[in-house]
Amino acid sequence: MTLPFFILFPLLGAVLLAFRRGAGAQGSGRFAMIWAAAALAWAGMLSTSAEVWSLPWIPDAGIELRFRMDGISFLFVVLTGLVTLIALAASSLSRKGDRAYFALILVLESALFGVFTARHFIPWFLCWEMTLIPAWLLIRLWGGAGASKAALRFFIMTLGGSAFMLVGFLALQLAVGTMDFDALGKLAAERVIAESLAKAFAFTGASGHTLLTLVALSVFLGLAVKLPVVPFHAWLPAAYAEAPTPVTMLLTGLLSKMGVYGLLRIFLPVFPEVLPSLAPLLSWLAVATVLLGAVAALAQTDLKRLLAYSSVNHLGYCALAVAAVAAVQTDRAAMSSAIAGTILQAFNHGIIASALFFGIGVLENRSRGQRGLNDFGGLRARTPVFCGLFGVAVFASLGLPGLSGFIGEFLIFNGTFALTPAAASVSVIGLLLTAVFLLRAIRKVFSGPLKPSLAKWADLSPAERGVFGVAILLIVVPGLWPQSLLHFANPGIVQLLDLLSPIP
Amino acid sequence: MTPAWTIPSAFAGALLVLLLPARMAGLSRVIALASAILGAVAAGSSCLARLGAPDAPVWSLDRPWIPAFGIRFHLAADGLSLALILLTGIVAIAGVLFSWNVEKRPRAFFAFFLTIIGGVYGVFLSRDGFLLFVFYEIVILPKYMLIAIWGSTRKEYGAMKLTMYSIGASALILVGLATAFAASGGTSFDLAHLAAASYPPALQAWAFPVLFLGFAVLAGMWPFHTWAPTGHVAAPTAASMLLAGVVMKLGAYGALCVAMPLFPQGFDQWRPVIAALAVIGILHGALTALSQKDLKFVIGYSSVSHMGFILLGLAAATHWGLRGAMLQMISHGIIAGLLFGIAGRVVYERTHTRDLAALKDFDLWKTLPGAALGFTLATAASMGLPGFSGFVAEVSVVIGLWQAWPWLVLAVALGIILTGAFSLRALHKAFFPARNATDPAPRALPALSWPEVSAIALLILVSAAIGIYPKPWVLLIDDGLRSPLFQSILTKP
Repeated sequence: MTLPFFILFPLLGAVLLAFRRGAGAQGSGRFAMIWAAAALAWAGMLSTSAEVWSLPWIPDAGIELRFRMDGISFLFVVLTGLVTLIALAASSLSRKGDRAYFALILVLESALFGVFTARHFIPWFLCWEMTLIPAWLLIRLWGGAGASKAALRFFIMTLGGSAFMLVGFLALQLAVGTMDFDALGKLAAERVIAESLAKAFAFTGASGHTLLTLVALSVFLGLAVKLPVVPFHAWLPAAYAEAPTPVTMLLTGLLSKMGVYGLLRIFLPVFPEVLPSLAPLLSWLAVATVLLGAVAALAQTDLKRLLAYSSVNHLGYCALAVAAVAAVQTDRAAMSSAIAGTILQAFNHGIIASALFFGIGVLENRSRGQRGLNDFGGLRARTPVFCGLFGVAVFASLGLPGLSGFIGEFLIFNGTFALTPAAASVSVIGLLLTAVFLLRAIRKVFSGPLKPSLAKWADLSPAERGVFGVAILLIVVPGLWPQSLLHFANPGIVQLLDLLSPIP
Repeated sequence: MTPAWTIPSAFAGALLVLLLPARMAGLSRVIALASAILGAVAAGSSCLARLGAPDAPVWSLDRPWIPAFGIRFHLAADGLSLALILLTGIVAIAGVLFSWNVEKRPRAFFAFFLTIIGGVYGVFLSRDGFLLFVFYEIVILPKYMLIAIWGSTRKEYGAMKLTMYSIGASALILVGLATAFAASGGTSFDLAHLAAASYPPALQAWAFPVLFLGFAVLAGMWPFHTWAPTGHVAAPTAASMLLAGVVMKLGAYGALCVAMPLFPQGFDQWRPVIAALAVIGILHGALTALSQKDLKFVIGYSSVSHMGFILLGLAAATHWGLRGAMLQMISHGIIAGLLFGIAGRVVYERTHTRDLAALKDFDLWKTLPGAALGFTLATAASMGLPGFSGFVAEVSVVIGLWQAWPWLVLAVALGIILTGAFSLRALHKAFFPARNATDPAPRALPALSWPEVSAIALLILVSAAIGIYPKPWVLLIDDGLRSPLFQSILTKP
């Protein structure tokens, strides 16, 4: 019963903030942080036993506002709470933003809660689109010099992708009479959607398989832009680089996860009929994403862009795993490993990327906005604590065991090597390149002779240490104890497997 | 003390060193030494306990870790593991002693050093494929840091090359393990479980070389060995000692205890190829060492050559062969540590050159007699002279090889002769140069410090002890080889 209130809770905070005319930037920031902390605490107390809340909306079209909280949704919701809080703290610490800025972040949080819990296309799509506007404004109004162009590109590409997705789901509504994800999943498990499409669109003369393939592709397109999958990533580097750094955290930590979440919980269960024929395409797009992300990161001299491409690379592994599951729907052990890996990779990447961008924020604050690979050097001597914490985040991103980045990639490769060995093998090159550009980055920033311009730098303040330390804790604990996350994801993984490859 | 002490002693030492305040940085070497000794004593007393009660069940520690994928935190110590963790402990002590006067960021140095040691202990004790992989990966990044920060000669190139090879190799290992995991039903990563499953021959035919190669890269198998000489030369002394002494053994150990038992039929198919590559490695390494100008490169290539004996023993797949391979792992671990310690630390610190021609001017046997004596003994051990560990190991490998492919013994004999040639050449040029009466008198060099003397003495004594009385090591190794894991790969008892 409490689910809708929970989803609307951050929005309420935004509304309250909107009425607090007199509040300055500091006060608004503090208010937003307290509010987000309360939302996170609430999220932590939510039941994960697949609790459903629904409200008929347009009953004769079968449209209802249906939300459900289960273990997988729970992980994404908690991630949203955590990353939002870290981003708010980073904003406050770097004296970024004003009342409107903090209100928009809270609006974004509400929309994300909705995306990660909605079980019917209409409310899901509503929330999906609702993320776009605050994100666009945050980049446009508080971003760097090229923000206006970057924000526009981000807006148009995402909107374009969404339009395709909407058309796809409308076609399903016409054919089978529902846009409810669970109902669609059941129909798909019985393998009857293609048939219904063929009947409903008999005038086209196309076969059900062709029609369903088109629908699946259009839905994939919408998700692929968000993830992003190459070649739909053109908006990303500029948007990530121009957005204020805390907003970049939200973009990479959360908005990209909408794509992963959609692939996992909507794309896979609704389209099993055509997945095998689409899988090769998806696989090679994923491989291209992994490799291009890594190669592009190798060529960057701007730390923020470097990390932006590194994110493309890391989320490419999620796409790789989804494509592998799509390709072979019989090997349950390998599929379960790939799916679990995808979920863990999504969660852990969200935290690790937040920590890394927090580090970039620290560099920017102290250098008045510099973030070039060659602008720094020898910082270890001046800021040992910062160096240590940032180093841990980089090692986690590299996939050092014991830190959280390792387990997701391990499970993904463990699954995909069995399912799509060729694509998995080529993607390994991505792992090698990641090591090159990340190790080079920390060497350039922290080793070598200290640049004279940095000689007066102070190490992290207690508040900065606190935020960074919490992020590192969230990297270390799931790294040593992955079961803490898997525990929540497992029931959902089994359900998904049952839909994809029913036990005979 | 059980083997359980080894891993935490190293990691706790690393953590403790990191937490030291800056003004007490000098204490870091003491902590590192204490932690290394604690690990070695735990390993040593476990070995003694095992020798005293060979029929007792092996020590093990088994806890659920990631139940969703049947991953367990499973450690166990049979004779093989015990012998190798003792080797690790000994090399760790010597490594700390040879690094006694590290002045650049000692805390970070010893923290990375001890992290590697902890990871190595972990690999040798793991009985779960995933856990083994985790420890294996833990070793990679500290290696990079040690070389990139404290190294010399093209350190960034050497560090990155080594890291790339290691990551590429671990990807192969991951492929092999994932294949075994999926093909055995996807319920468990336990190595015994994976080895007990039966895999179709077609799968074994490709999965074995993938998994084996993943480990063999780290063992320096020709032609995937090129990271080794550059990495060893670029690394600071303690890191070269660790790399050649124990990290390369991780590869050999993984090949023996993971790759071969998991896919025995695949192994049987590929044995001749492994043997051929091993022989090429022995000869190629020795010939290359013969033409090197840098003392550390000589030792680097000699490592490739010596590691060839290990691979050859494995390929022979007889009891003698496997035993010889294990003995060679231990023997080479000690001797490589000693050679790198003397060349990289004792000599280079004082002369600031490792060039064989330039060393002539120092007339080292007069100015640094202790080092000359140590290096002479180390060279003798490295050449496989009786009375040192190298002899016992190489003879065992040759007997094993004789049982499998008698003709190959000829090639190995050639390798042994070449080893003698390059070892004596380097010893002669570096320490006993031919000098004319007109040459300027050599500069006086500071005498050996007590940590250097004790590290050299420790390693020589261990090598000689194995050479003179190999029985305890052989008993430990035979104890491990009795495991059902190896029965499927042995061609002759």
